[in-house]
Amino acid sequence: MAFPLSRAAMQPCRLTVDDLACRRGDRVLVRGLRFVAGPGDALHLAGPNGIGKSSVLRVLAGLMRAYAGRVEAIGTIALSDERLPLDGHRPLGQALAFWRRIDGAVDTGDRFGLDDLADVPVRYLSTGQRKRAGLAALAASGAGIWLLDEPLNGLDPHWAGIAQSVIEAHRAGGGIAVIASHQPLALAQLAVVSLLDHVPAPDILP
Amino acid sequence: MTRGGSALGRLWLIFRRDCAALLGGARGRGGATLPLLFFISVAMLYPFGVGPDARLLARTGAGVIWVAALLAAILPLDRLVEPDVEAGFFDQWALRGLSEEAVMLVRIVAHWLCFGVPLMLATPVAAALLSLDLTQLGRLELGLLVGTPGLAAIGVMIAALTAGLRGGAALGGLLLIPLAVPMLIFGAGSLQPGGEGGLALLAAASLVAVAIAPFAAGAAIRAARE
Repeated sequence: MAFPLSRAAMQPCRLTVDDLACRRGDRVLVRGLRFVAGPGDALHLAGPNGIGKSSVLRVLAGLMRAYAGRVEAIGTIALSDERLPLDGHRPLGQALAFWRRIDGAVDTGDRFGLDDLADVPVRYLSTGQRKRAGLAALAASGAGIWLLDEPLNGLDPHWAGIAQSVIEAHRAGGGIAVIASHQPLALAQLAVVSLLDHVPAPDILP
Repeated sequence: MTRGGSALGRLWLIFRRDCAALLGGARGRGGATLPLLFFISVAMLYPFGVGPDARLLARTGAGVIWVAALLAAILPLDRLVEPDVEAGFFDQWALRGLSEEAVMLVRIVAHWLCFGVPLMLATPVAAALLSLDLTQLGRLELGLLVGTPGLAAIGVMIAALTAGLRGGAALGGLLLIPLAVPMLIFGAGSLQPGGEGGLALLAAASLVAVAIAPFAAGAAIRAARE
């Protein structure tokens, strides 16, 4: 399914990761991570549960410090993770409008089928509906670099397909997508980084 | 690409959202009315406890109101910051380039509006229940006007420090009391005859709290991410 591009022109964005190591508590999860992503690129951070996919995303987002190495992002970053930054008591339409106003976003259309849910308080949404709401907030943010943590979790095959086509549309508009997922993704020209290859050997743990 | 308006415009949106969230019983944890009811209840119960002697009430009542205000400040602690940490709001604001300090300052103002101002509005009722005269009421209101911003600031700071901790709410109450004691001492002290100096010290203590709290709270939010 093709969607109209949300933006005619997006500022060129770039994400450079050089020799990144990422620590959680006193454990080094990942080291030696290296990649460069430019406009239109998509990167799949793959690996089993607990390997550090979410932590790497948070380091890329600048929310956590890199243990070693360097992350350089040109362009604005948006993150969608397992949390839903929407007020639970507010109707979904209003809760999403809060972020649209903060971002000064243009209405990108109802790509996630949320218009029917606009009057439903956020706390009554199902798992899949919550995920769709989170992705809609991300998509409306207008950011060039999308960091997605398990974007397909809880989505049925139909909405999983839509979510991936929205990511494709973002890429076609010059955006970057970095996707942490244990699931296979059906995206074109997807660079896969297996975090298993970057787990430090036990003897070099600090 | 263009994103959003100015930082001030965004903070104004956040301020309005904070006020709505703090005023209403939005998150199933009681809204701004709960501390208010608690505050009034103390003023209502105190005469039952010490007897209806108007002179005794008038002499001690203003101090009781200060104690009630301090304890009422504990009630909203668990919903000041923690729900937004859990839902990832602070991370989203950080991604949009808004500093934690600015967001926290906004939250202190919103909390004061939803906590301090209602308390001041309820104080005449409490004063009537405790047989305070108009002069005392005037001084009390002045003291609350100066002191409640400090209480609000300390509340937000402690809420940020304890967000995400198990038993954070109980811990928050314990942490707030010692920090708020200067307010209580100077606030109640300003009610004594010739206690104008107390008011100045109360203002100073309040100002220090308001000045420090956004930075401490912001640092707490950042530290909790690691």
